[in-house]
Amino acid sequence: RNTIALIELDQPCLAEREIRHFAEPILLLAHEDRERLLDAERGVTIEYRPSEPVYDPERSPQCFKEIVIEKGEIARGFAEADRIVEGEYRAGHQEQLYIEPNGVIALPENGGVTVYGSLQCPYYVHRALRVLLGLPEDRVRVVQTETGGGFGGKEEYPSMIAGHAAILALKSGRPVKLVYDRLEDMVATTKRHPAVIRHRTGVKRDGRLTAIEIDVLMDGGAYMTLSPVVLSRGVIHATGPYRCDHVRVHGRVVMTNTPPNGAFRGFGAPQTQFAAEVHMERIAEALGMDPVRLRETNAFRPGDTTATGQVLGNDCSAVKVLRDAVKRSGFRQKHRAWRGTNRGIGLSLFFHGSGFTGGGEVKLASKASLELTERGARILVASTEIGQGTRTMHAQIVADTLGIPYENVEVEAVDTARVPDSGPTVASRTCMVVGKILERCAREIREKLGKTTPRDYLAKNGSLVVTKEYAGPDGLYWDDDTYRGDAYGAFGWGCDVVEVEKDPITFEIRPTRVTTVQDIGRAIHPILASGQIEGGTAQGIGYALLEEVSLRDGRMANAQLTNYIVPTTLDTPAIDVTILENPYEYGPFGAKGVGEMPIDGPAPAVVNAIRNLGIDIREIPATPERILKASSSKSVA
Amino acid sequence: MRFTLNGKSRNVEAPPMKRLLDVLREDCGLTGTKEGCGEGECGACTVLLDGLAVNSCLVPFAQIRGSSVTTIEGLRGDHPLQHAFLVEGGAQCGICTPGMILAAAALPRGATRAEIRAGLAGNICRCTGYTAIYRAVESAAAGRPRRRRRN
Repeated sequence: RNTIALIELDQPCLAEREIRHFAEPILLLAHEDRERLLDAERGVTIEYRPSEPVYDPERSPQCFKEIVIEKGEIARGFAEADRIVEGEYRAGHQEQLYIEPNGVIALPENGGVTVYGSLQCPYYVHRALRVLLGLPEDRVRVVQTETGGGFGGKEEYPSMIAGHAAILALKSGRPVKLVYDRLEDMVATTKRHPAVIRHRTGVKRDGRLTAIEIDVLMDGGAYMTLSPVVLSRGVIHATGPYRCDHVRVHGRVVMTNTPPNGAFRGFGAPQTQFAAEVHMERIAEALGMDPVRLRETNAFRPGDTTATGQVLGNDCSAVKVLRDAVKRSGFRQKHRAWRGTNRGIGLSLFFHGSGFTGGGEVKLASKASLELTERGARILVASTEIGQGTRTMHAQIVADTLGIPYENVEVEAVDTARVPDSGPTVASRTCMVVGKILERCAREIREKLGKTTPRDYLAKNGSLVVTKEYAGPDGLYWDDDTYRGDAYGAFGWGCDVVEVEKDPITFEIRPTRVTTVQDIGRAIHPILASGQIEGGTAQGIGYALLEEVSLRDGRMANAQLTNYIVPTTLDTPAIDVTILENPYEYGPFGAKGVGEMPIDGPAPAVVNAIRNLGIDIREIPATPERILKASSSKSVA
Repeated sequence: MRFTLNGKSRNVEAPPMKRLLDVLREDCGLTGTKEGCGEGECGACTVLLDGLAVNSCLVPFAQIRGSSVTTIEGLRGDHPLQHAFLVEGGAQCGICTPGMILAAAALPRGATRAEIRAGLAGNICRCTGYTAIYRAVESAAAGRPRRRRRN
């Protein structure tokens, strides 16, 4: 079937009658000689009958998904308020910009096809190929090759090019290699969803929030891809980590005639928490209140309920990370002292749910296996190493549970012919969810072994492979129809303080220091966990200040590293990381997710630092052009 | 055409305008040099040309006659920078790492943090936020970290 199977089957592998965006694949050409292939391309003519494209999500004729979250009675909340603060916030596309572009090799093999590729989710590709080619499960094999970065950009897109390479390989009976160059990768592959977010908030004079009303509109691009789940995470995080009895969040993700947007680290939450945290700053300004005190007053505490009605446990550390970051950075003193200078300081408080949203983990029913070896154990999971430390961290969890040296644990290559489906490598779930399944496998092996050595056990009993399936904490409840219940097994908590300088001539904003405090339950490998926080923070700085996708007629006009600017060493400030460890009962050794949360905080903290300079910015990236424009209009009160 | 590759004299036949990057990967079989952008912006293809860090995607093969080229393979896996990147978390996904290490190898001895930042500004890392890379470069220069014990 001509489709790239994901949530829906709406995206064709090759367009048949209609193209919805300019980068849509129509036909495939292959040749062993690259130069001759480019010649052949010149021989192809395609005639198009144009129709009116839609580039503005506000005018989209098609909604992919609409979600409403309701808590309490919003009208009552507004009636209780002393002040009502409104605002509209905008965030643009962001390109993942892994340094290794998307690429695959397909081989006709075993009456089917084998695909090697730079990818995050081998079983997504496996399913897409089965549906596309109509092949049985055992005729499709997907092997992950060493992957040069993903950040969500190799979550769903590899299914597309794997499909293209597989069709060519089956047609020609020869291996086919398909590697995008940078321009192709930037124009065609998925990006972070642009969003327009409107807030209307009721607040008491003392700073207590009485009503939060939020409207979220995301641009999904031409096909659905993962947009419904991106929206879901976005709306669930839209209030920021604040308690309020009366909440209404309305979210939509709609079609436009631009390349489909998709997964990118943070997955909807960076957009909505950017809006939430800049809005909080504006509420503090409206009340003439210290921004730290406003956040302290409203931040979630253990026992509070989120917008979906989830009751937070003792692992809720919002106030703790806030106070710690404020203290370490000297926020209050600098915030006062720097007013009227070219220096500014801003903060953001944020949270991030670990694992799939709502009933997602139950539906996935991930499996992981552990095989006893003579030296120790071999891990069998489909969770990929994409630079975040999967292999190291999983091996540590298994070694510590078995009580054996780390060196005695092996990790099997990610190959669908050999490893069970432990779910996609996304959603900050690889440690907390898959790591936990491995811990359970290891515990069972340890029990079975008793005092026997692995060598003796194997000699006596033959092989031993333990496979376990995801089992959530007891009492986790979610209703997808009403959007009520426990949205995530656990949330991580973070606070960023960003210091900036404004160049008075060029209007560039230079971040000079980030102080970040993040509670991730437990850092299984502190150097790797810090690396996730440092790297995610740097990407967040890029999102805030530099990274702008310019679309012209629905096509990325700056699809080059020359003019799509990601942070270099000179753009990245010193990043001072503190990890707090408030263990989560159901995570392996107390761990929660860490991969995504760090990208939620920098954008609002940067924009709030710019507000501290007296400049009213409500759209990111805060480029010099936007700073200039905002500086020449009215400034922050 | 004759040039020195990783300390050994080599004679390689390739079109004069072929990118040094492709000559290294395709004609010499050294795939440690990576392509990230093909336009000299990302630094993933950095090699040392007569001791200077250059983007091999921008160097035509004709230009290296008689020169000495060092790729990541030339550091043979036991260079102090390689150990330091491993221990300090200076590499995550690893795609920028060969170029980053060669750019770091071209830094002056005793480079300050500011000099390291400036010297690595042509090498983009999307994973680390650079902090761990600075730590690695500084610890390699200071003679740390100790070599990892072999099994």
